[in-house]
Amino acid sequence: MSDIKKIKDEFLERLNGDLNIESVNQIKSELFGKNGKISTSFKNLGSLPAEERKKFASDLNFVKDELQVKINKKIEQIEIKEINSKLENEKIDVTLPERNIVQGKIHPVSQVIDELSSIFSEIGFSVEEGPDVENEHYNFTALNTPDNHPARDMHDTFYLDDKKELLLRTHTSPVQVRTMLKGKPPFKIIAPGRTYRSDSDQTHAPMFHQVEGLHIDKNINMGHLKGCLDYFIKSFFEVDKIKMRFRPSHFPFTEPSAEVDIGYELKDGKIVIGEGDKWLEILGCGMVHPNVLKNVKINPDKYQGYAFGIGIDRLAMLKYGINDLRAFFETDYRWLNHFGFDPIDVPSNYRGLSR
Amino acid sequence: MKFTIGWLKEHLDTKFKDSEIIKKLTDVGLEVESFEKVSSDLDNFKVAKIINAEQHPNADKLKVCDVDIGAQDTVKVVCGAPNAKKDLLTVYAGPGSVIPKNKMKLTVSKIRGVTSYGMLCSESELNLSDESDGITELKSNKYSDKVGKNFFKNNTEKVIDLSITPNRPDCLGVRGIARDLAAAGVGKLKHTSNTKIKNNGAQKIKISITKNKNQGCTIFGSCLIKDVANKESPKWLKDKIESLGQKSISAIVDITNYVMLDLNRPLHAYDADKIDKEIIVRNSVKGETFEALDNKEYKLDNDMCVISDKSGVLGLGGIIGGTRSGTEFNTKNILLESAYFLPRSIRKTSKLLNIDTDAKFRFERGIDPQSVELGLKKASKLITEICGGKVSKFDVQKIKKDKKNKIKFNISLFERIAGFKVKDKEIIKILTDLGFEVSKKKLELELKIPSWRPDITQPIDIVEEIVRIKGYNNIRTLEPDKTRLKATLNKQQKLFHFLQRSVASKGYFETVTWSFTDSKLNSLFKENYKEIKIVNPISSDLDVLRNSIFSNLTSYLKKNLDRGFKDVSLFEIGPIFKDNKPGEQLTVIGAIKSGKISRLNWNEENRSVDVFDAKKDVIQTLVEAGYERQNLFVREKSPSYYHPGKSGSVYLDKDDIDPVAYFGEIHPNITKKIDIKTEALVGFEIYLDYLKDKKLKLKDLKSQFKISDYQKSDRDFAFVVDKHFKAQDLIDIISSIDESLIKSVKIFDVYEGENIPKDKKSIALNVTIQSSEKTLEESDLEKINKLIISTVETKSGAKIRS
Repeated sequence: MSDIKKIKDEFLERLNGDLNIESVNQIKSELFGKNGKISTSFKNLGSLPAEERKKFASDLNFVKDELQVKINKKIEQIEIKEINSKLENEKIDVTLPERNIVQGKIHPVSQVIDELSSIFSEIGFSVEEGPDVENEHYNFTALNTPDNHPARDMHDTFYLDDKKELLLRTHTSPVQVRTMLKGKPPFKIIAPGRTYRSDSDQTHAPMFHQVEGLHIDKNINMGHLKGCLDYFIKSFFEVDKIKMRFRPSHFPFTEPSAEVDIGYELKDGKIVIGEGDKWLEILGCGMVHPNVLKNVKINPDKYQGYAFGIGIDRLAMLKYGINDLRAFFETDYRWLNHFGFDPIDVPSNYRGLSR
Repeated sequence: MKFTIGWLKEHLDTKFKDSEIIKKLTDVGLEVESFEKVSSDLDNFKVAKIINAEQHPNADKLKVCDVDIGAQDTVKVVCGAPNAKKDLLTVYAGPGSVIPKNKMKLTVSKIRGVTSYGMLCSESELNLSDESDGITELKSNKYSDKVGKNFFKNNTEKVIDLSITPNRPDCLGVRGIARDLAAAGVGKLKHTSNTKIKNNGAQKIKISITKNKNQGCTIFGSCLIKDVANKESPKWLKDKIESLGQKSISAIVDITNYVMLDLNRPLHAYDADKIDKEIIVRNSVKGETFEALDNKEYKLDNDMCVISDKSGVLGLGGIIGGTRSGTEFNTKNILLESAYFLPRSIRKTSKLLNIDTDAKFRFERGIDPQSVELGLKKASKLITEICGGKVSKFDVQKIKKDKKNKIKFNISLFERIAGFKVKDKEIIKILTDLGFEVSKKKLELELKIPSWRPDITQPIDIVEEIVRIKGYNNIRTLEPDKTRLKATLNKQQKLFHFLQRSVASKGYFETVTWSFTDSKLNSLFKENYKEIKIVNPISSDLDVLRNSIFSNLTSYLKKNLDRGFKDVSLFEIGPIFKDNKPGEQLTVIGAIKSGKISRLNWNEENRSVDVFDAKKDVIQTLVEAGYERQNLFVREKSPSYYHPGKSGSVYLDKDDIDPVAYFGEIHPNITKKIDIKTEALVGFEIYLDYLKDKKLKLKDLKSQFKISDYQKSDRDFAFVVDKHFKAQDLIDIISSIDESLIKSVKIFDVYEGENIPKDKKSIALNVTIQSSEKTLEESDLEKINKLIISTVETKSGAKIRS
């Protein structure tokens, strides 16, 4: 027994010392190797008298376990120490820049079109489109704007042939005509898209964007028009209250017609939409003219409804504080980066229109 | 349309405040653009104080003065007056002002090397006296607190400027505006004074309207006024004309203008002595010419409505008069014309000749045909009052009887459209106030339309009249109805939005550029498409519709590179055009990428962008949109603006004929022509219209989830193939050997050079083999290995590299 204790004490003490992994392995083999002290002791078991053998074996096993645990612990300690010191040496400056980020951008016009689609989707509108190149009939005549109508002068039209029959659409209203011709009422659509007028200065671009709205059913009146636009404007500008003014106006394709102004104020040179005492014109609308309905073979005594047209670029300018319309189309990388949206920012109703 | 409140009140009896009148105008649909004093030239003359006067460095007789003009900074003025000295109060005229005496317009100018901003004026220059020896000296007790104020008093009233919509010609006259306001409850419309004028004798100049086809004139009223003395207008008339920012010319011209502005009744005064015998209103004959009052000679076409005499054309009816018969200060006898010209004829002629006049603007919108005599009466009365003379009887020639149009209006239509109720009695009052003659027949109103309202032709127009006079604020705001008739977006629209954001997410900035472009630029990218010219382009470098998105994209890329950017990724999704007919357009994504990847990055080696960057972006976009990678097929074919050796086209399926996308490096000749300076330029295009929608909805697309947990094995091969052999075909050959076992084929090396014959290359691949039924044994693997090698060798002529 005293031998075992001696072995135990001796090795425990050795193991308490400051050892490296090789020394521990050395100790391990001195104990448990082929001729190791513990191994030898086990071999000697057989030579012991039977009555001692049991106790000795039990003591020896106990010591063996204790030493083994101690050795494992020691190895673990050494390994941890080694890893720690290795990691300490691997330390780098994590404040160095990350690998290059790639972040793309969505143009504000596209973002606003998605916002509009989301808003009008909520109240049951679907999206229609029409061609950029139109003929004179769809762009004007079918919209109750015959050739001798002075309202044509309000549209500086780009023509594509000498007879002036083919042109770039001056508004998105021809989509109304195309939609109604290819289907049957009721209709409830918006039509966003590019529009063109040969007009170019600080506040006009030869190309801009409009969204057309059309709702035709059996009993749609001006109250529905007002309700729809009230809902749209509040949703778009993400405000609960907004001052809105309907003003009589004139468009050949609607009657009665209205222009809509919203209230705003100037705060630190920026336009704040809501309840200010100034008025800003943002859209034109009205009840679809019976002549337009007749032109698309719809009986105006049975069906009626409203239409509206809104400048998308202007909406984007107002909502996101963009001053210069021309900059929308100039592809300045800095501008796109500044006013563009992250592609993940998909406007939706459940998550909110904008961040 | 401009007018003053004072003028309005000549027709409207009202106690409303100016601000209330302004608000009401907008409420009834007469949009107020502005309400302010018209600035006149005289506003440029300010009371000023000389703060300092120094000798001009280069001229003995000149001084350089610092002048306080009430602004934040003083201005420097070079002045030659001997009396210019410190503290003198005088009159300053800024750059842009016109000196009353010599009508000289001032500009900023250098006088002997010193810049002078404006001028200090003498009394003579200001037409105040003949004193021209020095600058004006103002008394300090009267003017010392007026520095910066206008020197001349601006007595003009505030002017209302209305934007009149094309349907309301009646409101191009002050009386029409007053009528609308009265109907809306802003006071009472005054009666027109009915003082009689003496008409002495017949109108002796014969007037005839020829019965031409499409005769543009239906009524020609006139009177002769003899023995007038044309002169400068009296002050009240001058003030009226000038308050609107117009120039007073002579009493006769001013009177005709006044009547036009007052009643929207255009008139024309001829010098009767210059008319050759008679007036013939007829259609022109091609080649006829005349000199108009704008001093231009016009060459006429057939069938334009002209006023002529025996010698030829005097003027274009309702558009512009001629110099031959114009009135002057010495005009003795006047023929005054008050006529009705058809809008269609006016519009046609003025468009052809490109003339825009006030009269044309009015006639083309529609003049009250029944105001012919009223106009003659009002003008001739004023002329005799101011210029004297004797007025003949009125001669009115008509080729068409005019009668008031009637419509029947079912009262219930109002509520059906407007959505709110107005009592019948009130409806009748509104319409009566607007000039309608109303008679009620049960549920219907029979209406005679006032002759000054050519815009009203059907019942819906009546609804508009009632709702606008009653006020749009009475329209209710109804909760939007949320019924959905069909899905918000169709499949193609969803694809559009998806691809747009997918491309952006790969680091591209979305841009929106014009649908038109420079034909020179376009020709680099137009391929086989037709060039589509714009007849009236906004500028010569935006003269065609684009056949490709790359024309604009590359030129804007250049601008950004010139701004100092190097690594630019741009894309646009939008239309390109195949022809000038509706529908002949395609929706395309065009994307370009320039410069380097990982430029100036401390831990990654930079490299120029290359064709495989473009390929990755286009393939990944398609895969994200739901097209499976293994079905996509690439061919070498690509448009000529790509590098012929480093570009390709993508097909949704191996058997497809039409590609859905192109990618590659941009042809070096193109970058050279556009002068793009960058290390590398690549791009891709995706044609949305060719992306066939053959996929199911996601919910139907997801197949049962099956995976294999049996052990995978990887085997590497290297084949030596012909240099021109396509890697895609090699992958295809191997993949199709046994689709149940071969899970993936990856190329990890392509090698040409030492140890490989010159016309060959070595492709090294890694093949993953896995069964879904069992763990493959060595013998199974050996079998498939051999099969791979033998199949590749047979099908491609390759040799396995040992």
